Amino acid sequence: MSESGLSFLDRPNSYIGRSVPRPNARRLVEGRGTYVDDVAVQRLTHVAFLRSPLAHARIASLDTAAARAMPGVVAVVTGAELARVCTPWVGVLGHFKGLRSAPQHALAVDRVTWVGEPLCAVVAASRAEAEDALAVIAVEYEALPAVVDMETALDPATPPIHPDLGDNLAFERVLEVGDVDGAFRDAAAVVEETFRFGRHTGVCLEPRAILADWQAADGTLTVHHSFQAPHMMQDILCKHLSLPEGAVRVICRDVGGSFGIKVHIYPDEMATCALSLMLRRPVKFVADRLESFTSDIHCRDHRVTARMALSAEGDILAIDMDDLTGIGPYSVYPRTSAVEANQVVNLTGGPYRHQAYRARARVVLQNKAPTCQYRAVGHPIATMVAEGLLDLGAARLGLDPAAIRQRNVIPDDAYPCAGVSGIRFEQLSHQRALGTLLEMMDYGALRAEQAALRARGIHRGIGLATFVEITNPSAAFYGVGGARISSQDGCTLRLDPQGGVVAAVSITEQGQGTEGIIAQVVATATGVPLEQVRVVTGDTQATPYGGGTWASRGAGIGGEAAWQAGKALRANVTAAAGAILQASADALDIREGRIVDAATGAERMTLAELGRIVYFRPDTLPPGLQPEFMVTRHYVPKDYPFAFTNGVQASYLEVDVETGFVRLLKHWCVEDCGTVLNPLLVDEQIRGGIVQGIGGALFEHCLYDAEGQLLNGSMADYLVPMAGEMPDIAVAHVVSATASSEIGAKGAGEAGTAGAPAAVVNAINDALRPLNARVSRQPVTPEVILEALGTI
Amino acid sequence: MKAPDVAYARPRTLDEALALLAEHGEAAQPLAGGQSLVTSLNMRLAAPGLLVDLNGLPELTGIAEAGGVIRIGAMTRHRDLAASPLVAERLPLIAAAVPHIAHPAIRNRGTIGGSVALADPAAELPACCLALRASFVIRGLTGERRVAADDFFLGLFETAIGPGEILVAIEIPVPGADAVSGFDELARRHGDYALVGLAAQGRRDGVGLGDLRLVFFGVGDRPVLAGNAAAAVAAGGVKAAQDALAADIDPADDVAVRGATRRHLARVLLGRVLGRMTGEA
Amino acid sequence: MENEQRIGFTLNGERVRARVAARQHLGDLLRLEFGLTGVHLGCEHGVCGACTIRVDGRAVRACLMLAVQADGAAVETIEGLTESGEIADLQDAFHRRNALQCGYCTPGMLVTAAELLAETPRPSREAIREAVGGNYCRCTGYHAIVDAIAATAETRIAATAEARVAASVEPAEAGR
Repeated sequence: MSESGLSFLDRPNSYIGRSVPRPNARRLVEGRGTYVDDVAVQRLTHVAFLRSPLAHARIASLDTAAARAMPGVVAVVTGAELARVCTPWVGVLGHFKGLRSAPQHALAVDRVTWVGEPLCAVVAASRAEAEDALAVIAVEYEALPAVVDMETALDPATPPIHPDLGDNLAFERVLEVGDVDGAFRDAAAVVEETFRFGRHTGVCLEPRAILADWQAADGTLTVHHSFQAPHMMQDILCKHLSLPEGAVRVICRDVGGSFGIKVHIYPDEMATCALSLMLRRPVKFVADRLESFTSDIHCRDHRVTARMALSAEGDILAIDMDDLTGIGPYSVYPRTSAVEANQVVNLTGGPYRHQAYRARARVVLQNKAPTCQYRAVGHPIATMVAEGLLDLGAARLGLDPAAIRQRNVIPDDAYPCAGVSGIRFEQLSHQRALGTLLEMMDYGALRAEQAALRARGIHRGIGLATFVEITNPSAAFYGVGGARISSQDGCTLRLDPQGGVVAAVSITEQGQGTEGIIAQVVATATGVPLEQVRVVTGDTQATPYGGGTWASRGAGIGGEAAWQAGKALRANVTAAAGAILQASADALDIREGRIVDAATGAERMTLAELGRIVYFRPDTLPPGLQPEFMVTRHYVPKDYPFAFTNGVQASYLEVDVETGFVRLLKHWCVEDCGTVLNPLLVDEQIRGGIVQGIGGALFEHCLYDAEGQLLNGSMADYLVPMAGEMPDIAVAHVVSATASSEIGAKGAGEAGTAGAPAAVVNAINDALRPLNARVSRQPVTPEVILEALGTI
Repeated sequence: MKAPDVAYARPRTLDEALALLAEHGEAAQPLAGGQSLVTSLNMRLAAPGLLVDLNGLPELTGIAEAGGVIRIGAMTRHRDLAASPLVAERLPLIAAAVPHIAHPAIRNRGTIGGSVALADPAAELPACCLALRASFVIRGLTGERRVAADDFFLGLFETAIGPGEILVAIEIPVPGADAVSGFDELARRHGDYALVGLAAQGRRDGVGLGDLRLVFFGVGDRPVLAGNAAAAVAAGGVKAAQDALAADIDPADDVAVRGATRRHLARVLLGRVLGRMTGEA
Repeated sequence: MENEQRIGFTLNGERVRARVAARQHLGDLLRLEFGLTGVHLGCEHGVCGACTIRVDGRAVRACLMLAVQADGAAVETIEGLTESGEIADLQDAFHRRNALQCGYCTPGMLVTAAELLAETPRPSREAIREAVGGNYCRCTGYHAIVDAIAATAETRIAATAEARVAASVEPAEAGR
């Protein structure tokens, strides 16, 4: 309950739950955004990087003399030279026991470990001239054995990528809960499958970009960065460039998509900042699309062998799974590359009420691009494994896929409780979500249509996928492991003399609508009209300290900080107004920019009048009154490590069984992110996430050859989902607000991606079932389907 | 990803363009619509010394019919092919193919001459030209010559256009009143190069198809005329043609897909296109 | 026949001149020389569509046209289309429907959509999807973009119908 006696949702002139267009989107439709490459700086130089053409090699010699003599070249810097300015890092976390990696340099010093690793930098007056000079750098490589196939990375015969580590096992986790062997022994049905997930990548439309400007005179490094977590970048730059905290300012203005790609430490970006220090000039790096494919983090390179035990009635008795994942030559700093596999262990079977579970995850090093956290980390894998097995079980037992899910989900009235892996749930709504979904898609009618079309040789499939999503992470995610990644966020509000509010918030905007929802929350909390709220994000010098935007935390954590700040500002403002109006502050409220009687709504004075008095005629204020029209509040979730959300998706599609082509007809999602702050924004988060999930399910795949060469690293060859092949997507919500915060919002950013691949793959298998064929390898290309059908 | 340094000339006449090519030899590269060439430049996969821009040459534009032949200027853009009533009426095969070429912004700029001169084995228009028995009008400093489609596509990105020569126009015999065509392709996404495509041209022959030319693209190093399959249609129908296709094409494995998959898809496509053509007949 | 040339062209309605390297693509010229940062470079190989602008009335990829080739042409970018008001309704629809998130694809998407609507007043959802099928958006999943374009088409048709009604009424009134 808020101080005026009204809850978060029913404040007068509440903007919560309303589909308000994002105030900051208008300039984007006019092409007036400011992305890093748009920032104008005097004496700017451009850096391009020489990248390894081999998966694993010793750098025998590196001759940069000819490059230094090229027109426009400012400097050519090798790994050894850069290492004098920028110290190496190791991507490990204390709470991942046994996780190992090796020191990684911004530029490889004597050895390259993947195709695309940067080893030498050319700084020039233009990017074109920098590229001209790259072409004349002479390097002799001595090829070393490349570890490419994760399946053989742990073989004794396979040499370790980092000899000091002894082998290529970076991390292993084993979890066993309940009597797994007993469950399988007593099962009426056991189904098993090996699921393969194609390594893919983020392909943000704006490539990674950073501009670093070292002002030696005042000892400040200003960094414009296409990034999600400015304070984290500030901290890491200070550490590895040996600068005091106050010396570094990181600014993230418009960011052209991120999805987790832009929350990691990249060697080329660190090198760009170090180069600015070395050259005492601004240096800009904008990854081109080709180098993006080999240097952005990849993800989801997993092979999971799993089985499920079921009773004759269709109860899940146990899941037993083994996950193997290849993460590239280094665990990525500072979040590490072990989180994805760890999430797979935590999340597999999470929606269900079985009590026995065994999981093993092994994380291995290999000479491919490093992998790390990308939207819905681990979720699509965990969801596919459980949902794929459950459909196999349903088919084996002759049960309907919807019915077997209704039977197995943790009932809505069982919360709070824990999932089988130990993850703690406050309140989920699987039953209601499933019910809503089946009604929304008219499941019965769709099944009838499917049957009728099958009789005519048309093979359509319906796929369901229930899932849980991790959101609003507390310090349990990274902080407890020693990473200097903030899990708390803050919001500072300032009431200006004309009655408008400026909100500076530490969560960041990459298009999901952060600034929009903060404006809504602040307007609701303070009573200031939405259009008079200005939101500032993405500047370590201008906002409170915080984590930024990742792991579906912006609305739930930043939104609550903004709500608390808004309440505090309202209290300060009504206190000042009360003193002037000789009224009790409790009897006053702020609505539509006016101080009103809380009981009657009658106007007492405008905020503009109050602002005029407080700022320009403080001499007229009652003695002893010093209004504080600027307040800051912070928030971090404390009662649960994560605010889990849940949802269920369905896919309806048609398989051309002659060609193996899949046509997506329709997609549905019902999810529960707690309080829906802005349906317009949440729904589009869901839709965008679903299409990213579909990308992984059907199209996206980083293809490597046996020597570790990436074979399809261009947008012509790496297939991202485009409009022509995507379905219309229906979205609905169930609301279980979290009691951890007053606003009750949980995250929604990853739910779409978490469930979409399993829904689509299950639908394909549903279509293929009468033909006794099934697929389990993503992306499910026409070739995969034709092979499953035995056609080729 | 910036193009390497290069010189540029925009001749005002064809003779001027030919003179430039003659003067600069192999270093000179004609620039048509640029939708493939500029990509190669940006990726530094091509590094010509001189770009000879053909976009200022009025001799290379226009679509006209004369003497039973439709002459399409080499610099005719895909969009103009799509908008041409003459193409729609007389060359339905090309009209059917054009919407499959990439996307609107690419079609607005890309040209038929550029497409056939590049000779990407997965492209639509080279296959259509081969199916339609086009004749390629090639100009050099010493004069003009015509090369029949069967002799034009020589290999991967290789054509009969010689050094110093420019493709001026494509001449296509107007199909007769009994002509029938078929076009289809299988691409993962709209506008992608097809995994397999088929351009077919023939004429109604009783209940069957005569004078049939089946040209597959995306299955070899150039557009492939499937002579065995075409002959089998007349002899035994669709199924026989599908079986005979094995002797016509032998696609290799590549990054995207196995050769066996392309072979199978070609077979399916052949059945579908022939079915539609005979359905019409 | 130089590696650098002087060119003159019309840019968003203004006559401009520039000295350009032959190797520079039009997207870089517009961004670097004229500050038209609404031209977004997403791939520089013609696939993503982010740099789509209008040249001589047609949508083209700015990364696949050399700057020297703009000599004598009429070039329009999102900045010019915004200032002329030509696509204001489409921009409003994108904003209202949240048919953009990060905004990086948006200028190219708008240019492509504008051309579609000019040629096909009432496109089906499938036709819209196919027309923007060469413009990559990683954020939205496309559904909202299709909605915004379809809504603009309907609004324009309704406005045209109203105008027609008004036009058919006016002569009669004038005749009174």
